[in-house]
Amino acid sequence: MPALSHLQRLEAESIDILREAVAESERPVMLYSIGKDSSVMLHLARKAFFPSRPPFPLLHVDTTWKFRAMYELRDRMARESGLELIVYRNPEAVRLGINPFTHGSALHTDLWKTQGLKQALDRHGFDLAFGGARRDEEKSRAKERVFSFRSAQHQWDPKNQRPELWRLYNARKNKGESIRVFPLSNWTELDVWQYILVERIPIVPLYLAAERPVVERDGTLVMVDDDRFPLREGEAPVMRRVRFRTLGCYPLTGAIESDADTLEAIIREMLVARTSERQGRLIDQDAGASMEKKKAEGYF
Amino acid sequence: MPADRELPGQHDKDLLRFITCGSVDDGKSTLIGRLLHESKALFEDQLAALEGDSRRFGTQGDSLDFALLLDGLGAEREQGITIDVAYRFFATERRKFIVADTPGHEQYTRNMVTGASTADLAVLLVDARKGVLTQTRRHSYLVALVGIRRVVLAVNKLDLVDWSREAFERIEAGYRAFAARIGIDEVVAIPLSALHGDNLKEASARTPWYRGPSLLQHLETVPIDAAADAGPLRMPVQWVNRPDLDFRGYSGRIVGGRVRPGDAVRVLPSGRPSTVARIVTFDGDLDEAQAGQSVTLTLADEIDISRGDVVCAADDPAGLADQFEATLVWMADAPMLPGRPYLVKAGATTLGASFGQPKYVVDVNSLDHLAAKTLELNGIGVCNLTLDRPLPFDPYERNRDMGGFIVIDRYTNQTVGAGLLHFALRRSQNIHWQAVEVDKQARIRQNGHRPCVLWLTGLSGSGKSTLANIVERKLHALGARTYLLDGDNVRHGLSKDLGFTDADRVENIRRVGEVARLMVDAGLIVITAFISPFRSERALARSMVERDEFFEVHVDAPLAIAEQRDPKGLYRKARRGELKNFTGIDSPYEAPDAPEVHVDTTRGTPEAAADAIIATLVARGIVRAE
Repeated sequence: MPALSHLQRLEAESIDILREAVAESERPVMLYSIGKDSSVMLHLARKAFFPSRPPFPLLHVDTTWKFRAMYELRDRMARESGLELIVYRNPEAVRLGINPFTHGSALHTDLWKTQGLKQALDRHGFDLAFGGARRDEEKSRAKERVFSFRSAQHQWDPKNQRPELWRLYNARKNKGESIRVFPLSNWTELDVWQYILVERIPIVPLYLAAERPVVERDGTLVMVDDDRFPLREGEAPVMRRVRFRTLGCYPLTGAIESDADTLEAIIREMLVARTSERQGRLIDQDAGASMEKKKAEGYF
Repeated sequence: MPADRELPGQHDKDLLRFITCGSVDDGKSTLIGRLLHESKALFEDQLAALEGDSRRFGTQGDSLDFALLLDGLGAEREQGITIDVAYRFFATERRKFIVADTPGHEQYTRNMVTGASTADLAVLLVDARKGVLTQTRRHSYLVALVGIRRVVLAVNKLDLVDWSREAFERIEAGYRAFAARIGIDEVVAIPLSALHGDNLKEASARTPWYRGPSLLQHLETVPIDAAADAGPLRMPVQWVNRPDLDFRGYSGRIVGGRVRPGDAVRVLPSGRPSTVARIVTFDGDLDEAQAGQSVTLTLADEIDISRGDVVCAADDPAGLADQFEATLVWMADAPMLPGRPYLVKAGATTLGASFGQPKYVVDVNSLDHLAAKTLELNGIGVCNLTLDRPLPFDPYERNRDMGGFIVIDRYTNQTVGAGLLHFALRRSQNIHWQAVEVDKQARIRQNGHRPCVLWLTGLSGSGKSTLANIVERKLHALGARTYLLDGDNVRHGLSKDLGFTDADRVENIRRVGEVARLMVDAGLIVITAFISPFRSERALARSMVERDEFFEVHVDAPLAIAEQRDPKGLYRKARRGELKNFTGIDSPYEAPDAPEVHVDTTRGTPEAAADAIIATLVARGIVRAE
């Protein structure tokens, strides 16, 4: 038998993590954000438990500001996988009509995503949540454990993490505490794309280049995905050939100009890419430890 | 996953995991930063951020300070040290690499063992000006302990010794002699300047005398082979896969050997034989699967298999034992206490466990064996391990996944240690209980009551002994056979050799628990009166008898009142500092969460409390009321 390739090893490790987490928890859930990492994670879950269905629901913590194409793929994948899809929207954010244009990205992210996630986990009593984060995404993630503990208040204490040895994950916790589990910890962005290609995993078409209506704001290309986008004086959407390296709320996600309209072309583009995927994320660009701060507060 | 699809710009790569170790100033961060940079794993925005950080925090003047790139957590950045294991990723045309980056300061044991546990190879940095230091030997020992047999000796900062061949060869020769002693078979020494990039990616013109590979060339070509791949089949069952009544599969990751449909297997611990029917995956059934793959097996026979069982090659199954000699690495601030109950997770199973007193601990600087009663944070020792049921295992040296375990604290749930199984103690495989004809049931019939343990716990001066005496008198009056174990009759004999340190307290309670167990087997109602301040020891005593035979009685007096009573003048001594480790003063008392009986000594008389205890025994069918 030929030696296992790096993708085969990563796949086997992720499946191992998914199974172990499910076996050691009472009420697991998978956070499904509809991005490429979530798509890979869902695919791995279907492999891990085959021929059974993954024994947990999908949870989408919605902000009402995702790209329309993301909602389409979300509903399609829920149907195809046969998994229960829970969509949670923070009622307070709904009531206040929180949006990134009027309220700014920090409040928008905190209320919809950080608070929304805590509320959803508490309301359903989930004691373990799978997330698609990778260690190569951001500096503070490089030391994140595969099994990461949160206090009953959903707080992360970077100084009090459990050592992880071999393939032995300690999933024991006290009542009220929860675990975030990251099956893609050891994947890189390139691994994710190569895997999507060889496994033919459905992804949101926005990752592929196409003519799309965008406006340029503060040096970032923002796509005008619906008529809620308030155009400034003199602004008019123009059609540009763009794609996205990461997907979030459409007003907060920058597009890049690109001709890569196939997975092969994306990977080719990645091999010569000179900027990281997080560059397109408008929430990361404050002081150095900003992601760590958000995590300590309960952001995924 | 189909492996035949062409990837643009990428052929099938394999995966090498390695660990880097070195002291603070050996240039480790510079080396890793360079590797990431050379392999284009750094992006422009990351470099831009690094340039900004280098100006704000850097120690390299106007140059990039790669150490800042690697220090992920804000707390570490303030202190200027890395305090944990970080994982980095880069890839070349041939391989993907996962680097475990571990710091060199005093927490190194815990972090290095963690990082090394998944590594195939270690890159050990030494400063060419300083050569092999104590620190280098210490790191090498840890690397060898965890089973890494391949080491790259990266002799760094060669620019600072004028690219001296002699300096390089002297360091190499000295290290080889040491490595051979600790079981590192393969050492490749490479002269480097991480700062200038010499011999990092390409051969440097400044070391014409060096004919070996550059660091990256070596990392790209070194063979990756785990001993387990060639060994016999092992698959710990993680999850029983039952989508419907017609399918019953066993999901797990193969951690040793390979498997094909038709192979004869034996499932441990039951030892039942069967044959592999199918290897089921989402991508279709496989003809063969090998170590490293996650699969689902179905068997030809309906046998009872649950999570934690191990599917083994029938002709070469794993061992099965409940007592082992093991090397233990301690990772928690609270020391390991011999006899205290812990949990051990191994494979896909978690068991109750306790450790004996260390046979020796290893001084990682001198490699000397020293005597010790406990194991402190970052301590490494060899001791016996006793599990509450048999565990399928292979010696760690043969299979890391079948011989490695972690230790979990029962109350904090923290991972407090890691261990390596070496061999089963012979007696654990050969102990068979002597069948006796007069058994506990026979004694119960003769005594006319059931045996139990009444475990009184509370602060010194709470009134345990007073209460115990009254209870025994009343039980005796009811015709029950009783015995009272207290400090007076235990501390002067059975536990004469013990003091009052935490470790000795644990051992004392273990002995009392064992004696109580024997007396319960003899049919007696055993009353114990010890402070027994730790929950875990009381849990241990409880675990020694049947579930309905243990009654924890919390004799509850507030510290202020107990101290006021102070019948033996001990609190006064403790307050004056003449008594160390005194419960309530400088040693904690962990009150029971759910005692069978709770006695509030600030209300009611001891007589009334004794009556309440006996009423509980009557209600639970231990004794009959008059």
